[in-house]
Amino acid sequence: MSKLPSAFRFLLLAFCLLLSACAPAGPATLTVMTHDSFAISEDVVIAFETANNVDVVFLQSGDTGSMLNKAILSKDAPLADVMFGVDNTFLSRALEADIFDAYQSPALSDVPAEFVLDSSFRALPVDYGDVCINYDKKYFEENNLAVPASFEDLVKPEYNGLLVVQSPATSSPGLAFMLATRAYFGDGFLDYWQSLKDNGVVVVDGWETAYYTNFSASSGQGPQPMVVSYASSPAAEVFFASESLTESPTASIVASGMCFRQIEFVGILKNGQNRAITEKFVDFMLSKQFQEDMPLNMFVYPVNQTAQLPDVFTQHAQVADQPASITYDEIAANRDAWIEAWADVMK
Amino acid sequence: MHSDFTNHGDTKKRRFNFLRASASSWFARLLLWIPVLLFLLSFFFFPLSKILSLTFNLETFTDLNNPLIARDSLLFTFYQAFLSTLLTFALGLPAAILFAKFDFRGKSLLRALTAVPFMLPTVVVAAAFINVQRLTFDVSPFILILIAHTFYNASIVIRIVGNAISRLDPKLEASARSLGADTFHVWKDVIFPILRPSLLAAALLVFMFDFTSFGVILLLGGSQFATLEVEIYIRALQLPNLNLAALLSVIQLIFTLIFSILYTRTINQVQTQTAPRFSIARQPKTFQEKLFVTTLCILLSAFFLLPLLSLPIRSLTRLESDRGQRAEVQYGFTTDYYEELFINRRGSLFYVPPVQAAANSLGFAGITVILSLALGYPAAYALAKPTRLEKFLDPFLMLPLGASAVMMGLGFILSFGRLIASPFFIPIAHTLIALPFVIRTLQPALASIPERLRQAASTLGASPIRVWQTVDFPILARATLSAATFAFTVSLGEFGATLLITRPEYPTIPISIQRFLSQPGGLNYGQAMAMATVLMLLTTLSILLIEKLRFNNAGEF
Repeated sequence: MSKLPSAFRFLLLAFCLLLSACAPAGPATLTVMTHDSFAISEDVVIAFETANNVDVVFLQSGDTGSMLNKAILSKDAPLADVMFGVDNTFLSRALEADIFDAYQSPALSDVPAEFVLDSSFRALPVDYGDVCINYDKKYFEENNLAVPASFEDLVKPEYNGLLVVQSPATSSPGLAFMLATRAYFGDGFLDYWQSLKDNGVVVVDGWETAYYTNFSASSGQGPQPMVVSYASSPAAEVFFASESLTESPTASIVASGMCFRQIEFVGILKNGQNRAITEKFVDFMLSKQFQEDMPLNMFVYPVNQTAQLPDVFTQHAQVADQPASITYDEIAANRDAWIEAWADVMK
Repeated sequence: MHSDFTNHGDTKKRRFNFLRASASSWFARLLLWIPVLLFLLSFFFFPLSKILSLTFNLETFTDLNNPLIARDSLLFTFYQAFLSTLLTFALGLPAAILFAKFDFRGKSLLRALTAVPFMLPTVVVAAAFINVQRLTFDVSPFILILIAHTFYNASIVIRIVGNAISRLDPKLEASARSLGADTFHVWKDVIFPILRPSLLAAALLVFMFDFTSFGVILLLGGSQFATLEVEIYIRALQLPNLNLAALLSVIQLIFTLIFSILYTRTINQVQTQTAPRFSIARQPKTFQEKLFVTTLCILLSAFFLLPLLSLPIRSLTRLESDRGQRAEVQYGFTTDYYEELFINRRGSLFYVPPVQAAANSLGFAGITVILSLALGYPAAYALAKPTRLEKFLDPFLMLPLGASAVMMGLGFILSFGRLIASPFFIPIAHTLIALPFVIRTLQPALASIPERLRQAASTLGASPIRVWQTVDFPILARATLSAATFAFTVSLGEFGATLLITRPEYPTIPISIQRFLSQPGGLNYGQAMAMATVLMLLTTLSILLIEKLRFNNAGEF
């Protein structure tokens, strides 16, 4: 019985702790909701914090889909003031759910119009990256195999069992790659996936498994020499090599139509606090300082045309010549149906 | 590690001094339940009802597709859980006999080894498994899932059934034999009926864990292996159909509740068996016994050690020398990955110093221990002498194990809003998972405190405090420690809480592993393996501690 009062006291203490941890104190707080892949340099954030006398708190909220769902569910009492990371495959859902306030940032003047998908400025572009097939250079050289140059090549018998992709139901690069095939083949993309399946394409749930478990050029040394990843991944392989490399062990297939361009957006959440500072933060995300910091942190490209790319990017990363063209409205209208149909084919 | 006083036979007849005055009154019993009920109501049932009331409605059935998806995933869930349970028993049962009946060198280490996977986060287990799979042979993802489930859950069978076997009174077998029964009949007519409740309890628990398995299935199999939990994840977060996700969650909860009710019924029978007062384990004598012990030791070592060892080996191996430059891959020893853990190369805000990640993990684990003991102790006291109230409430304590983490995460957001960014919610989520284990560990110890010994002590003039010190404390201390270690390791390896919200200021080891694995590059992979090794070492040490201090009858879960 002696345990009981102490348990009560503890619970009380626990709740006090809980409340005190959340009580506002000191300078104003700006809360930024992001997906788990978000990263930034400490000094860049500190620069913003000191310039605006504000504490910036980042809430990592799972993958893009999870983050967006959390934001939609908490629409009336938002968890954060601003949200970064919705991409063009999810944009329509965010706009339909009406979670963003419009803000036409002056910083958009340095951003090419092709990235500004939402003409009413509820979601502003921050970065982009091309989802392409990456391949193991050594494998193709050693086996005297030509690197596939088109989607059609991939279903040839010499590439049987050599490609690993992510399920579009659980992975955003997986979805992006499926969308590229949809853009290329139109309604015939399901037949194409049937042929890919017949040619031994391997489907896994997410990027990590595909890249580190299945891909032969990663440190996981898996069985497949081709993986769906980003055109910037070869640069990351050099940057994060355990010994310095002069050449990346991987490269991307950037042939016309074979890549899908993911654009990530930032939006001011409705019913948030501190509108003035929130707008400043959005401007800041589009500023040269932030945009130049992004590439090495998230391995994405800046949308701000004045931002300089780091050397490792200019030397080892590729940009798709002509990414698949498919509008976000079209994605919005068909996204779920396509994924379901894809899943039926791949069962 | 066998206690001198472990007579379970008359648990029900026993009366506790400290409860005597109040035990009969419902009100006092209710008081014992209040902390844990309050906790579960606020952090489990409230968020759950919030999300379900928003998303669950019967109209979901009108779209004919939905019941079909529900039916298919339910069938597949049962199918894979059934096969996984069978496979787990095929390995776990011989192992349980081995540990209960025989003594051999390295026994406690091997026993600890079998329990380590249960506490490891899925990312690590999947990585370990895939390392090994690649070295040996290609098996289909489905088989790999079954094997991984066995790897995870064999320790449940070893614990529950092994405990029951070691409590078998050898006199029973001896008298059966003296009456002319052969080995087959001894097992069929004497041993099996006694073991049946523990076999059932172990089977139910293993089945329940396989039934709600999520990470293993997604990581090793992919989304085409749609169990209920995987389907909930996809419908809730990827294809927006929260109504279907809610329907599936309700189905999963109902089944979990059924399993929990069955489990709590059977585990109570397990505890009322007669126990011997000494260990029955002995050295193997005959040739067959020696063969059995040796073969099984080799098999178990290979099955558990190979995947686990692959992590530290990978974390210390360099194998990508000039991968891009067509040179031969060089395998060599390196400590680079560990050194690199301490360097924030990019000055990233999200850089996790390994010491800080470990400190955060240990801190959250510490709070989880305190919280789950504070909540678990009163409930375990009440459960030690179950009345109808306890029998009714008992299964609900297990329910959090069957709730979909995804739906809980959404429920938390609806219920607590901005509050969930508080770091305190991480240990709260961990406590939800740890609580059933803690209560299951404390309860048998509390129930076993021998009343006759306490009475003898007070008759001889010992003060109540002295009685508590000499009789209760030694038993409680060990049970508490092993319960605490359970809570501790559950918290260390728990990754599901990140489905809530994470703050970069408080990353844990599993989160930092996840971060390393989210970008390409040999260094990232190596560092992930290094962090996984650190986590594995912490977990193994904790489990060895449990094994050393394990109260004889505790550990039924």
